[in-house]
Amino acid sequence: MNSRTEAFLAALLALAVLAAASTTPWLVFVLTLALAKGIAVLGILLLLRAGQVSFGHALFVAFSAYTVAFLAPKLGDATLLLPIGALFAGVLGLLVGLFVVRYREIFFGMLNLALSMVFYSLLEKLYTITKGTDGIRVPAATFLGRTLDRHGYEWALLLTALALAILCAVFARFYLASPMGQALSGIKTREARLEFMGVSARRVLLSAYVISAVMAGMSGALIAMTSRHVTPHLGYWTASGELVFIAILGGAGGVIGPFLGAIVFELVRVYAAASFADAWQLILGVVLLLVILFARGGLWGMVLKLCGRRA
Amino acid sequence: MAEWFADNGLLLGLALLDGLAYAALVFMVAVGLNLVFGVLRILNVAHGSLFAIGGYTAASLGAFAAARGLPDWMALPVLLLAAVIVGGIAGPLIERFLLRRIYSEEPVLQLLVTFALFMILEDVQKLVWGVQPLHHDAAMRWLGTVDVPFGTDVIPFTAYQLYVLPGVALITLVGLAWFLRRTLTGRVIVAVTTDREAATAMGIDAKKIFLLTFTFGAGLAALGGALASPTAALVPGVGAGTMVLSFAVVATAGLGQVEGAAIAALMIGLGRSIAVYFLPEAEVLVPYIIMVGVLLVRPNGLFGVTETRRI
Repeated sequence: MNSRTEAFLAALLALAVLAAASTTPWLVFVLTLALAKGIAVLGILLLLRAGQVSFGHALFVAFSAYTVAFLAPKLGDATLLLPIGALFAGVLGLLVGLFVVRYREIFFGMLNLALSMVFYSLLEKLYTITKGTDGIRVPAATFLGRTLDRHGYEWALLLTALALAILCAVFARFYLASPMGQALSGIKTREARLEFMGVSARRVLLSAYVISAVMAGMSGALIAMTSRHVTPHLGYWTASGELVFIAILGGAGGVIGPFLGAIVFELVRVYAAASFADAWQLILGVVLLLVILFARGGLWGMVLKLCGRRA
Repeated sequence: MAEWFADNGLLLGLALLDGLAYAALVFMVAVGLNLVFGVLRILNVAHGSLFAIGGYTAASLGAFAAARGLPDWMALPVLLLAAVIVGGIAGPLIERFLLRRIYSEEPVLQLLVTFALFMILEDVQKLVWGVQPLHHDAAMRWLGTVDVPFGTDVIPFTAYQLYVLPGVALITLVGLAWFLRRTLTGRVIVAVTTDREAATAMGIDAKKIFLLTFTFGAGLAALGGALASPTAALVPGVGAGTMVLSFAVVATAGLGQVEGAAIAALMIGLGRSIAVYFLPEAEVLVPYIIMVGVLLVRPNGLFGVTETRRI
């Protein structure tokens, strides 16, 4: 697919999001969350390009969400909270990354899981600081110093999320096409060859890792401001699992995949999660297996196939 | 120092006893995980769920046996029976219908498949046994307590945790070492671990060995869960916690090491229980601090061997 068709499809998706949100008011909230998650999933997609999967990226989402929750009462402007949340997640990503990029595949995935579980336990146990499982309420942020009413606030967040999603997707596309991004795929095919060319595989993976942490951070900040309440659950393994699930469901082949996956995921969840609350993970697991075994390309892969047939 | 001992000696003694019992349980799970990885080259993320299901099955069977008026000593064989049932049913099912399809896939997909299985089993467990804590400690009560002499004092400790848990772990360790080195089947397993292609060329049915090993590993996880069930109430999430912890043990020991897993389990078990008594806030952190500490110095774990990279 050429870049013009992809841009056209992306614009179509963005317009659909706006149209759905303006006709159905309760969708504003759902779609904001979906776009926020999509941004985090985009980070997962970068790592998947290198053949690595992180079962712990909710760590960065939760870290940024709690950063926002702590700072919101003091500096309550979205234009400050968002970059700070992303920056904090990026710094944590650099620290964790320096350790985990020494490993591949199993160790990479599981070390991420282990570290995120440690952070989750800390959030849960340090009650005096984090209020444990009760979580922390996040006061409504202002936008450029302006306090908005509920309707305006929700729309401001949706538009911010949409703008960030487009920005991140465009960035990811350029990044993947750059030598750095090409080297990322090289890690998957044969790492030793990269090293022979004088490229440090660790540094390449570290850069992708930090970027993915920053994206997860943006996502966490958006989620904190949207749901106005943060709990340790944001960093639990099920949250990380969801990110991986969406990445595979959406399809790892293109940068629109994560957002397509996230929107479908959140919409289905609105209807299904309430009726199948006890079996939600089970359903996700089964769908994940089906996608992996029978429809590798995910939703985006199906879109590609449709377009290919027409062209 | 002497003064400190006078004040905290008993506590330390209790921590050591607790740590030993805990290490025994952790070892049972970790060694199964490690054995399966060594032979199948797949890290079963759902290994912790098998531990949890083994525990729940043991508690249900125990309650059933008690309700039927079976003699008290039956509580012990019931634990073993639960492990055999879970391992014997779940093991072959998972290997035959899921893992066999993905042996030749890339590692990231294998991880995703077992992760999906993990999501499924965690909910299956919730659907079958509910979310209320489940506790059946007939086996522990039947054996009573022993007074362990410690310096001038005695520490009353349950005989179950003092003899049964470390005893079973020791039997497993010695039995496994003997089985792998001295019996034909064991040596065939080692042969497949070392060089699958050469072993297959010699006429070994690798598929059969995979099925056997996975069933055995699943049984060990279930046995760990069954043995743990009298000592603590079962709650949802125990599977995830166990998985991450046993991975920490395996990572510390080095993937594929049997004896190493015992030493790492001791380190982590003792470290954690000392933390429980002297620094409760750090309880969840200690296993991972040990793991990260070891990995920073020895990236392949204490006993891991560096694999030569393909070019």
